[in-house]
Amino acid sequence: MSRSLRLLPVVLLALVIAALVWRLAHPEDTTIRSRLAGKPVPEFALPPAVPGKLGLASADLAKGGPRLLNVFASWCVPCIAEARVLDQIKGKGVAIDAIAIRDRPEDVAAFLAAHGDPFDRIGSDDNSRVQLALGSAGVPESFVVDGRGFIRYQHVGPIEPADVPTILAQLEEAK
Amino acid sequence: MRRPTQTVLVACLSLLVSAPALADSSLPPAQWANRQLPDPRQEARARALMEELRCLVCQGQSIADSDAELAGDMRHLVRTRIAAGDNPRAIRAWLVERYGDWISYRPPSEPIGWPLWGAPLVLLLLGALLVRRRIKPRRP
Repeated sequence: MSRSLRLLPVVLLALVIAALVWRLAHPEDTTIRSRLAGKPVPEFALPPAVPGKLGLASADLAKGGPRLLNVFASWCVPCIAEARVLDQIKGKGVAIDAIAIRDRPEDVAAFLAAHGDPFDRIGSDDNSRVQLALGSAGVPESFVVDGRGFIRYQHVGPIEPADVPTILAQLEEAK
Repeated sequence: MRRPTQTVLVACLSLLVSAPALADSSLPPAQWANRQLPDPRQEARARALMEELRCLVCQGQSIADSDAELAGDMRHLVRTRIAAGDNPRAIRAWLVERYGDWISYRPPSEPIGWPLWGAPLVLLLLGALLVRRRIKPRRP
């Protein structure tokens, strides 16, 4: 056997180790993104999540200008931090609708009373059916929907103050 | 000073009383999350599909194995659609359309998945060749 061939296993091992080290240094992005970006919002109609406020249907998202669709829950801790940022976005004249995931009316009402209510409509999604239809994998998530009801942009996780310019730019682009 | 076993015991007990960091909703599991369909044939089809769908929360588990609430809601979705007469293939396609091939544990039968399907055959062939060479009777 030639000398170079005998070294082959060592070279292979070195390559495997190099691949492992590279993966450790550059972990895979485990964010789950919806494949529906660029496609219309799937058809749905959700009952109101709190008394005295309108529920949300896909038809509501297909009229008027671009809107922000926020998927949240009263039991979701990062949503509390996000509420303040949503208020700020609302202050810029953005229309925001929401879907409350697996929530009770009294809990949603308490959440809105404590952390502010920037929402025009809130639909109640008791068994995450609409969340799954949207390709969303958790709370909070937000979608920029244009005036024709097409999803233009998805934000996974809470919207931080640093994300606001991107969200506003996407809303502007959706006009 | 405490003995080590005592410390371990205290640590274990404190794990029991600590609240889980993952927030869960206060709603009960969806109707068909943990309940079998009355028709055993439908339940078997639902079960087979649930074992091949990835949980969105604990990404290494199938929705059949996961205790996450979203996995329960996905089981509810699968069972209600099977009970309504939906084809498992259509349900899988519906989810793949939203989350990509990633959601299904069954590799896609598209060109990118061909090496995966072909590898066992190639290995089997190589093995057969190796065996044939080894057990060939030697000429005297």
